[in-house]
Amino acid sequence: MAILIFLIVMAIILIAAAIYSIMQKDLLFAVLGTGVVSLVLSIFFYMLQAPDVAITEAAIGIALTTIIFIITIRNTTRDENKYNDDHINKFKTKKDA
Amino acid sequence: MMDFQTLFEQNIEIITIAVYGTAIALIVIGLYAVLMKKHLVKIVIGLSIMDAGIHLLFVAVGYISGGTAPIFSPGSENAATTMVDPVPQALVLTAIVIGFAVTALALSLVIRLYKHHHTANIDQLNSLKW
Repeated sequence: MAILIFLIVMAIILIAAAIYSIMQKDLLFAVLGTGVVSLVLSIFFYMLQAPDVAITEAAIGIALTTIIFIITIRNTTRDENKYNDDHINKFKTKKDA
Repeated sequence: MMDFQTLFEQNIEIITIAVYGTAIALIVIGLYAVLMKKHLVKIVIGLSIMDAGIHLLFVAVGYISGGTAPIFSPGSENAATTMVDPVPQALVLTAIVIGFAVTALALSLVIRLYKHHHTANIDQLNSLKW
């Protein structure tokens, strides 16, 4: 019974982390939410008798995917709703002048 | 893990609904993000979550109740009858690596778009409209 409760709690954590990473406006925390999704998913794979898939998901999903998302956020914007109007303003001033 | 076999037979419906429902919920959440979000990084996050849901669905399809991991070890050479199906696990193992490569390619395209347009919002990437 304990392992059934553990499985259902893991399912709830998985769906909650997915919804959090979709709804979060700060993209860095959203990416960390996808890391939590991969962590709980590797526990699911281990409980479904797939230990090799669990190891691969833990290595690639948690470490490598999070690293490349963070590199992308460093090179782009961290705030989701930030509208960068610099190019439009530059275009307008160039056109007006 | 010893109690898991008998416990699974008693509560097979609850566990099946939990695992399959989680996989389908992940696919739906990722599809919502791909269709509705405006930021390019958030769209790639949605693709990654949808990948995770599909992997969980595949491994859950190949699962046999009370099965063991598909590994031949000394002393249990006759375990092939009680193993779970190893074919979806091999497919998922390949799909995880391919999903990582797809994510890396999409994020590199996001960086190139941001360097060129100075924005990552898909409403402002309208230079191909006429």
